[in-house]
Amino acid sequence: MRWQPDAALDTLRLRAQVLARVRGFFADRGVLEVDTPLMCQATGTDPHLEALALELAPGDWRFLQTSPEFAMKRLLAAGSGPIYQLCKAFRRDESGQRHNPEFTMLEWYRPGFDDHQLMDEVAALIAVCLPAGDADIPRVCYRDLFRQSLGLDPFAASDDQLLTCARSHTDVAGMVLSRDDMLNLLMALVIEPQLQAPVFVVDFPASQAALAQIGRDAQGSPVARRFELFVAGMELANGYLELTDSAEQARRFTADNSLREAAGLPVRAADARLLAALEHGLPACAGVALGFDRLVMLAAGATHIREVLSFVADNA
Amino acid sequence: MATFSTNEFKPGLKVLLDGDPCSILDNEFVKPGKGQAFNRVKLRNLLNGRVWERTFKSGESLEAADVMETDMSYLYSDGEFWHFMKTDGSFEQFPADKAAVADALNWLKEEDVYVVTLYNSNPISVTPPNFVEIEVVETDPGLKGDTAQGGSKPATLASGAVVKVPLFVNIGDVLRVDTRTGEYQNRVR
Repeated sequence: MRWQPDAALDTLRLRAQVLARVRGFFADRGVLEVDTPLMCQATGTDPHLEALALELAPGDWRFLQTSPEFAMKRLLAAGSGPIYQLCKAFRRDESGQRHNPEFTMLEWYRPGFDDHQLMDEVAALIAVCLPAGDADIPRVCYRDLFRQSLGLDPFAASDDQLLTCARSHTDVAGMVLSRDDMLNLLMALVIEPQLQAPVFVVDFPASQAALAQIGRDAQGSPVARRFELFVAGMELANGYLELTDSAEQARRFTADNSLREAAGLPVRAADARLLAALEHGLPACAGVALGFDRLVMLAAGATHIREVLSFVADNA
Repeated sequence: MATFSTNEFKPGLKVLLDGDPCSILDNEFVKPGKGQAFNRVKLRNLLNGRVWERTFKSGESLEAADVMETDMSYLYSDGEFWHFMKTDGSFEQFPADKAAVADALNWLKEEDVYVVTLYNSNPISVTPPNFVEIEVVETDPGLKGDTAQGGSKPATLASGAVVKVPLFVNIGDVLRVDTRTGEYQNRVR
């Protein structure tokens, strides 16, 4: 019977060091550590995230959180000020070289920051946590990235052009792909592996805004005030200039649920407590979620997530 | 028919892709920060041996292929088919065509046991054991006393394979050969 841990003990010591550095970083900056429930009555509506559920008492179901976002926003609305959290998050059917169904997330919110100020802070944290970390991380917009890597404009290209481009990189026969699916496919399969040096990708298409505000780029296209940090060909963090409008939030929940219904996925009731908190008033803020296990992978030079986990899912 | 979802794809799993039985070689889960997750899957087509990469949306599924690997002993060839028989005592026989025996053709010896891959009960490939022992039917005369020094010559085996052998090997010798590399191992008798 295999009982030994997946990570080497030295890696677990390094993991503890990185955790301590993260806590030190936020303590120095006056950001409060918080701890919100893992078991929640509501979950997100994102059609591409499936929560795990467990039965607390007969017929009383709770979702394991896919991220602490809703609870943290309720704290912000209550006047918590800047907060961060290191917690477990759970996602069904996510398992691979960089995914484990149970993983550690570092998420933080900064009232009064915009997305660019928060990117500065993410870069400062990376510099503290990684041996070769550099606090000066360039920003490239989604449009330019596609132009440079694939020679097409993701906002202007036709669906046919996107499909032809996707087909030139992999066999997608039999797949029904929406425009965002094709963009995501090209991003994940082709562009992401090329992003070796740390880089923030900004100005995502508005259709990929998730919970970010929507603005306009220099060309006047509607873009999401969302950023993603890539290091060593791997997505490390995803941040937003947070949506604070409860009516718009409710609309996005409804839109997600229409997509869920169309895809035959269970509809998820909107988190009424989150909407009530937004109604009360979420301070203008930026927030970001960072995959802590991946940060440790980078610190340890690991290529598989199991190398930094005490026990990976199938050894748990 | 059973189906398998992308998260169940493991190396060795046999599935139907575009109607052909395939064996999964590799399955990589890729997911952008937000949005659709994908599985990039490498498969070997079991009918033609071709390796193919296809990307699926995570959660999509493929039908299981009715593929079985069974031990069978080689009986004889009638020129068109090579006949094999199950070793489980059922005496059930299966004719394999030339495409199916291609990988084993050089190493067939009557009564030896091979792994025959059946798809819908038809042989689609025959895998020889890693090592076979086969008699030499043709080679230059052996050099007496030269049992240690280097130097080699071609020898034709009863199965038709031509292998490089040391100079001391004679017609009628039985040799052990690695079927994966086609290399001579030693003289058995």
